[in-house]
Amino acid sequence: MTNTHVDYRLSQLDQLEAESIHIFREVAAEFEKPVLMFSGGKDSIVMLRLAEKAFFPAKLPFPLLQVDTGLDFQEVLDTRDSWVERLGARMIVATIDEAIAAGHVVDDGKTSRNRMQIGTLLGAIEENSFTAAFGGGRRDEEKARAKERVYSHRDDFGQWDPKMQRPELWSLYNGRIHAGEHMRIFPLSNWTELDIWHYIHREQIEIPSIYFAHEREVIERDGMLLSLGPEIQPKGNETVEKKMVRFRTVGDRTQTGCVESEATDTAAIIDEIAVARVTERGATRGDDRFSEAAMEDRKKEGYF
Amino acid sequence: MASTPQTSDAHTMAQGEMDLLRFATAGSVDDGKSTLIGRLLLDSKSIFEDQLEAVESTSQSKGYDYTDLALLTDGLRSEREQGITIDVAYRYFATPARKFIIADTPGHIQYTRNMVTGASTADLGLVLVDARQGLTEQSRRHAVLLSLLRVPHLVLAINKMDLVDWSKDVYEKIHKEFTQFATKLNIPDLEVIPISALQGDNVVNRSENTPWYSGPTLMHHLEHVHVASDRDLVDTRFPVQYVIRPKSDQYHDFRGYAGQVAGGVLKKGDEVVVLPSGMTSTISRVELFDTEIAEAFPPMSVTVHLEDDVDVSRGDMIARVKNSPKPSQDIDAMVCWMTNEPLKPRQKLAIKHTTRTGRAMVKDIQYRLDVNTLHRDQEAGELGLNEIGRVQLRTTVPLLCDPYSKNRTTGSFILIDEATGVTVGAGMINSGS
Repeated sequence: MTNTHVDYRLSQLDQLEAESIHIFREVAAEFEKPVLMFSGGKDSIVMLRLAEKAFFPAKLPFPLLQVDTGLDFQEVLDTRDSWVERLGARMIVATIDEAIAAGHVVDDGKTSRNRMQIGTLLGAIEENSFTAAFGGGRRDEEKARAKERVYSHRDDFGQWDPKMQRPELWSLYNGRIHAGEHMRIFPLSNWTELDIWHYIHREQIEIPSIYFAHEREVIERDGMLLSLGPEIQPKGNETVEKKMVRFRTVGDRTQTGCVESEATDTAAIIDEIAVARVTERGATRGDDRFSEAAMEDRKKEGYF
Repeated sequence: MASTPQTSDAHTMAQGEMDLLRFATAGSVDDGKSTLIGRLLLDSKSIFEDQLEAVESTSQSKGYDYTDLALLTDGLRSEREQGITIDVAYRYFATPARKFIIADTPGHIQYTRNMVTGASTADLGLVLVDARQGLTEQSRRHAVLLSLLRVPHLVLAINKMDLVDWSKDVYEKIHKEFTQFATKLNIPDLEVIPISALQGDNVVNRSENTPWYSGPTLMHHLEHVHVASDRDLVDTRFPVQYVIRPKSDQYHDFRGYAGQVAGGVLKKGDEVVVLPSGMTSTISRVELFDTEIAEAFPPMSVTVHLEDDVDVSRGDMIARVKNSPKPSQDIDAMVCWMTNEPLKPRQKLAIKHTTRTGRAMVKDIQYRLDVNTLHRDQEAGELGLNEIGRVQLRTTVPLLCDPYSKNRTTGSFILIDEATGVTVGAGMINSGS
């Protein structure tokens, strides 16, 4: 038996964990058909870990839904498969190519795969009649997220209206929706990037290997380091260099940059982040850089 | 320096095992609230280079003489266009001592509902006043709301002290006026701090301009205010949230009651009562994930097992045999109304209290509270948007409730419009229920 703290204090990580577990259980109890949106990134893996804790020893009372961009890193897919197998979870994969075929999204040649995830995701939610979808969004990520509720109501077009948000008081979540609507649920709302890493470190959580420093061929473009691959080839006077790098986020490999790093384990990453001077999205996500309000626009349309 | 920024102590941070303080800020743009929050984020090194650069370039393009730190926290584009903050925003920063969650609420008159929302989860309320203006109707209203929401610690930050020549007399006058006003409220802990958010005086670093002030800086106070004893560790309250039954070969007979502890301490061997049925049993095991733990206390999310095979489901409450909440269908509460259509007698609504949901009918609206004067208007008859009043409700299911003054979790509820599904009211239960 583990002795709890004699002074009845909980550390911030324990408080965040307790809050997230409470949210998972509340949703499982009140919603007919929840789903966990799983990207394979560290935040969605932390969600899986919290969900595992919330329902142990029962299996997760909801499936996982992944939007496959066709441009995911293989290391991310491998880690996903390992988690799904260990938890015995049900996995639904919605692909952008299928969504294009079904007419949920249109590939006009100009839209990024990331943006096409929106239609793919909404299509999958509608097809499966999911009423609640857990997402790994955190309020510290971006200014537009700072006002997001834990339960974020989406209309029957899957859209978010920042001016029509329901007040959210105490830990009393209101899960009422009408037919055709769904709720986005953000159990990690109050976690920061550093909290996530502390938790991965403490719980020794398995995450994709590309989060740790490794040698990789990269090209510097628009101030970002992009990984050499089928879609990313040197243009003009760009050169291919071999560098020790790690990824801070693991989205679509044509959009996601890496940073130079020597951090090969979680403790080293925490030390690097504690002194990092650039936000994780600003450094490595091409899709957020187009305008200051980029995230707000995508959120309104139904982005994660 | 009162506080060490996180950059210089990565090792302590690497432990990840610090304390957490949630606080709500109240005040208007004019009081310098956004500037103060920007200052806390900046001086605790929680602002990143790209965020600061974006704000610096915006300030320059607008022709400001200095970097407008308020721009750091203006989130949504629609707000930036209007130049006001329209909703509760949550901000995060950490020092080696604590992690902080700020519920940043707009101060403008029609946004009482946001203030109530932000204060509902806060351990501490931070009210800003402009030293030149002194106490305003708005600052009194903020103090009343924080008191009503039973936020146990209050800081009155007297800002823009640089604009009153760091006058000790100004500080003492506002201090005295506020203390007199606060005697009518429930404010167990008050700290009054003279600051300049713009220049950073007494925010993180002690100011040389206030030699007459011997109290803590704002950051020092936030880092050290004692919040552990705010929780109720005596009256055991465990609202059952979810029943875990794996129905697998390995855990065939497993039946665990999952929930978040709302009060008191639960441990193996405790004789407990399950409400509302009133059946008694003994706790056989308390678990956190796959581990048996000695004790569970607020706000832990745990799984409890009972020795006897009693019928327990979501919405029930586990308490102690000789110390349990009284099931009641007649609820007397202070209600903050949050929608345009006014609350009227005989109105029917859905009610959510802990993990229990039912329906409620308004029996009577006893009075409307003027949050500026504390006057009770007994003739009001209804409650409009952003109004607060004393309301009697009759519920379809008994609520297992405590007075809000004793327990903020088992003493609170929300009201939901059954047609739209929107949260329209927040209630705090009075001791007579």
